[in-house]
Amino acid sequence: MIHLENIHKTYNPGTANALHVLQGVNLDVADGEFVSIMGASGSGKSTLLNILGILDNYDEGNYFLAGRLIKNLTETQAARLRNELIGFVFQSFNLLNFKTALENVALPLYYKGISRKKRNLLAMEQLDRMGLRDWATHLPNEMSGGQKQRVAIARAIVAQPKLLLADEPTGALDSKTTVEVMDVFRQLNAEGITTVIVTHEQSVADATNRIIRIKDGNILDNAILDIKY
Amino acid sequence: MDFFNEIWQTITRNRSRSILTGFGVFWGMMMLMVLVWIGQAMVRFSQNQIAGFATNSCFVGADVTSKPYKGLRKGREWQMRNSDIPYLEKEVTGASSLTYIRFIGSWEKNTHRREYVGTYNLIGVTPTFQDAGYTPLLYGRFINEIDIAQQRKVCVIGKQVYDEMFPEGGDVTGQLLTVGGIQYRVVGVHKSGNSNIRLGGPVDEQIKLPLSVAQQTYAWNGSDIIHMTMAVAKPGIAAAAVQKQIKDVFRARHTIAPDDERAFWGQDMEDEFKSFSLLEVGLMVLVWFIGIGTLISGAVGVSNIMLVTVRERTKEIGIRRALGASPETIVRQILTESICLTALSGILGIILGVGLLQAVSPLLANIEVIDAATPVSFSVALGGLIILVVIGLFSGLLPAKRALAIKPIEALNEE
Repeated sequence: MIHLENIHKTYNPGTANALHVLQGVNLDVADGEFVSIMGASGSGKSTLLNILGILDNYDEGNYFLAGRLIKNLTETQAARLRNELIGFVFQSFNLLNFKTALENVALPLYYKGISRKKRNLLAMEQLDRMGLRDWATHLPNEMSGGQKQRVAIARAIVAQPKLLLADEPTGALDSKTTVEVMDVFRQLNAEGITTVIVTHEQSVADATNRIIRIKDGNILDNAILDIKY
Repeated sequence: MDFFNEIWQTITRNRSRSILTGFGVFWGMMMLMVLVWIGQAMVRFSQNQIAGFATNSCFVGADVTSKPYKGLRKGREWQMRNSDIPYLEKEVTGASSLTYIRFIGSWEKNTHRREYVGTYNLIGVTPTFQDAGYTPLLYGRFINEIDIAQQRKVCVIGKQVYDEMFPEGGDVTGQLLTVGGIQYRVVGVHKSGNSNIRLGGPVDEQIKLPLSVAQQTYAWNGSDIIHMTMAVAKPGIAAAAVQKQIKDVFRARHTIAPDDERAFWGQDMEDEFKSFSLLEVGLMVLVWFIGIGTLISGAVGVSNIMLVTVRERTKEIGIRRALGASPETIVRQILTESICLTALSGILGIILGVGLLQAVSPLLANIEVIDAATPVSFSVALGGLIILVVIGLFSGLLPAKRALAIKPIEALNEE
């Protein structure tokens, strides 16, 4: 699913503030894997996630996603690939707070050009799956953190992406809710979605099948440290 | 549809701000409508003043001399006379048509037919009158040379005279009308004319008689007196030059000083028309200048608020981008929002402006400088609408550019 070859990324290149964040990252994630990326803040894990999510570009190397080379894309192409291939879950949920849960979930389908009727149907299906059918018409600020994150997950998977990318998805949740949300991820993964979770919480990483550590030295410690099946 | 829902949602999300922003455009558009209408009403008023007159015509009447000349004292009264006519016809070479008028005036209940009684203005004219001050005919013909030569008791009546004296309607040529105790046969009926240049009163309330008949019947101080000479200039010749030729004939024949302008009254219609059309252009330029200025200040307001909105919505835009919104989608959204906001407020401004004018214009009927009956121009509203859309588009450009510069990651990291 994911194949990274010698990825380099430098912020502010050529200036005194130049920051060589990724220094030749090599990484492979197979189809259907459930992976976590761990590292302290500043380790480059967020940058890696952004590159994986086609939210940012890289300076050197090659990134293949689902067999396609992701390189030198226009913003429009990147937007289309994000829409087609990737579902995002963020720490701060990033729901549009003026839209109802249902409208939030339906948003990726809107950008995919699916009719409203079908969109709402599919979105409702996902909300139902998350146990939030009764909350469909509620605005995000009427919901708890766990509910919001489940809405966000529903939104991430509604367009049936190949890859689910989560950035500290439990960072804003208490431990009980964290377990619930991780169960949701595990269940989704069991249904076949390749899932990559960036976290600095060991308990979260432990809930995945494979942990990739990034060191403070900005270099990916490429060794697969734990494999638990 | 979905797209507009999306737009509508964002506009209504910040209702008070949208309303305040739109108000600038709304007000500008309303002002433009009102100003343009006022301008048009003023222009129309001016045009009515001279409507029905050939633009290249002039007229001259006799006044009192203001300078002594060849032993004659100043302050002397003189009159145009029939004997002047052959000289005018010969020497006023710049005129394509010369016409002579005798004003009779009106007196109480001077006209009647059966049980109908009316008060109308009488005027004696020559057949060429229609060349300079044309009013179309509803029925019959105008006064002709034979009427003049044979002093036929015939008349051409205005629309109001026709309506009041012949309420049964129809073609009334050949019928008799008693004017000042004398029976005249109606040979022509004018259509309604809107000229405000009152040669013996409005055209509609006028009864025209052959000049010779008018002179004989209402001789008073002389049966050969003409009150006014009117001329239409030949193509390419200035009405002012023709006016001068006419005056020169009279100067020579009535011993008037060459530089005595006050011995005549009269108007050069060409000059009037020129000043009116200049007034028209000036007014409209002023009106559009102010109106569009107001609109532009409204548009700057929209642009400004859109910029703030984009800044505030950085995160939202980032989320949308992450979920697959292409840059074009975002730009289209911002532009459409801007256009919708301007167009909506502007249309409201047009509607309220038109409503306001409809409500207020009847109250302005007595104001002398405007024609309150001027309709609100559809083309102005349409033009305004097009301007609005363009302005909306331009107002949205900068904010859209700003929105485009938002990187999804930066936006998402913003807290």
